[in-house]
Amino acid sequence: MNALEEQALAEISLSPSKGFRVTDYLGLLRASSVILLLIVWEVFGRDVNPLFLSYPTAIARACVQLLISGEFQRQALGSLEVYAVGLVSSLVLGIFLGLLMGRYRLAEYLLDPYVYALDATPRVALIPLLLLWFGLGAPAKIAIVFLSGLFPVLMNTFSGVRTVSASLVDIGRVYGAGEAKIFTKIIVPAALPFIMAGVRLAVGRALIGIITAEMFTAVTGMGALLIRYSSAFATDKFFVPVIFLALLGVILSRAVELLQRRLAPWKETEGAL
Amino acid sequence: MLEVRHLSKVFFEQNDSRKPGLVALYDICLTVRKKEFVCLLGPSGCGKTTLIRIVAGLLPADRGEVLVNGNPVTSPGRDRCMVFQQFGLLPWRTVLGNVEFGLEIEGVPREERRDISRKYLELVGLNGFEDYYPHQISGGMQQRVGIARALSKKPDILLMDEPFGAVDAQTREQLQEELLKIWAKTDTTVIFVTHSIDESIYLSDRVVVMHSRPGRIKEEVLVDLPRPRWEGDVKADPRFARLRTDIRESLRG
Repeated sequence: MNALEEQALAEISLSPSKGFRVTDYLGLLRASSVILLLIVWEVFGRDVNPLFLSYPTAIARACVQLLISGEFQRQALGSLEVYAVGLVSSLVLGIFLGLLMGRYRLAEYLLDPYVYALDATPRVALIPLLLLWFGLGAPAKIAIVFLSGLFPVLMNTFSGVRTVSASLVDIGRVYGAGEAKIFTKIIVPAALPFIMAGVRLAVGRALIGIITAEMFTAVTGMGALLIRYSSAFATDKFFVPVIFLALLGVILSRAVELLQRRLAPWKETEGAL
Repeated sequence: MLEVRHLSKVFFEQNDSRKPGLVALYDICLTVRKKEFVCLLGPSGCGKTTLIRIVAGLLPADRGEVLVNGNPVTSPGRDRCMVFQQFGLLPWRTVLGNVEFGLEIEGVPREERRDISRKYLELVGLNGFEDYYPHQISGGMQQRVGIARALSKKPDILLMDEPFGAVDAQTREQLQEELLKIWAKTDTTVIFVTHSIDESIYLSDRVVVMHSRPGRIKEEVLVDLPRPRWEGDVKADPRFARLRTDIRESLRG
C-alpha cells in the first residue's frame, strides 16, 4: 500500500462492524446441529423396536464388540484390498484408453461401440455372469469393481482430451514438440482437471461396486456383513459397516479433492479470482 | 532471408472435405530481408493469419513454397517462432514455466533454461512475476510472457499474429514501443499481422496491404519514417498522416 492509499484509508476510516454475524459461527452451528440430531435419535430411537432401528449408544456398543472380536477389521481389510486392486486397474486402463480414444480418431472408431455399449449396460446386470466366470472369490469382485470404475474415468479422460483446444497443440508444434512431447506436455496437463474429476467419480462408483458384489456373493467383506446382520435382525451391528462405508466414502473423496488441488492448482485459483 | 513464392491455399467446406470453400491465399509472392520489420495489413478474412501460419509451418500450402535462408519450410523449425493473438500461454504453468517451455522442449538443462528465461523476463519487464499463473496477471503482461518465450529461442524470424489485438489501447501503445526497443537490440526479422493502419505504420519498415476473396497482396508500402520512433511524436509527423491516407486508399481500392 502506498502513502496516498494509506491516507485515503485513514480518512475513510471504516469502523469494524459490531454485532452477531452468522458467518463467524458456522463451525459451531454445524457441530451443534449434528449433536442435536444424535440426541434426538438417541431419545426416540430407544422407543422403536430394535429390530427396525437402533440408536447411537447401542451402535457404539456393537462397534466396540465387533472391533474386539477382530471380525470387523478382517472383513474390512478384505474389502479394501479387493477395492484397491480393482480401482487402480480401472484407473490405469481407463486413463490409457481415454487418452488413446481422445487423441486418435481411429482408436475412437474402433473402440467406441464396445465402450458405449458396456457403459450403457447397468453393471449389476453383469454380476451373475461374472460370478459364473470367476466364482465367489476375490477375482469376481475385482472384476466388478474394475468395471464400475473403468467407464467414469475413461469417459472423462476422453472428453478432457477432446476439449484440449487446437491452439494449445499449436503452441507445442511451434516450439518443435513431437507427438510424444505434445502428449506429455500439452494434452495430459490440459486434460488433467477432467481426468481427476473422472477419478473422483470412479472412486465412488467402485465403492458401490465392491459392496454390490459382496452382497451378491455374501461370503466375505463389508457387503457380506450387511447381509448377515440384516438377515439376523442385528440392526445395531448393521449400522457399523454402514457408518464405516459412509466415512470411507467421505475420506476418499476428500483425498482425491486434495490430490486434484495439488496436481491442478491453476484451476483452483481460477475459480477464486 | 524469407521468400514466399507463388503461394496459394484453399480451405474446404467443413462438412465436405472434397468441396473447395474459400481461396484463402492466391499467388502470394513476398520477400523479406534480414532484420526487416514487415506488417501484413488487411481486413478479416484476407488470409494474413493463414499466410503467417504457413510460414510458421503449422499449415501446409497447396501451391508454391516458402523458403527460409534458402530452405523450404515444411514444418515448424527453430529458425522461426510465433507469438499468438490470444497469448498462447499454458494455464498450468507459471510465468517462468511458460517462458521455459520452448527451451524445455529443446532439451536445455533445467538450471540453464531458468537463467535464460529470467533474463528474457527481465527484458520484457516482468521480473518478480516468475511464480504467478497466467490468469493472475493482466492481458498485457501475459503477452509479454508470450514475447519473452518466443525470444528465448532466439529465432531468426519472429512471427506475430495480431499480438496486441486482445489488449486495451493504452497497453497496446506501450507494448508497441517496447517491442520496437527489444527489436532494436536484436537481429530478428519480424513479420507482424495486424488490422490497425496506425500500428502497421508505427512499427514497420514496409506495410504489405492484403485484400480478401481471394486473399492476395494488393500493394507494398515503404515506411520511410526515421527510427527510433518512440522518441518524439511520430504519429504527428506529416509523413505519418500521408502514409495513413495512402494505405487507407489502398485498402479500399
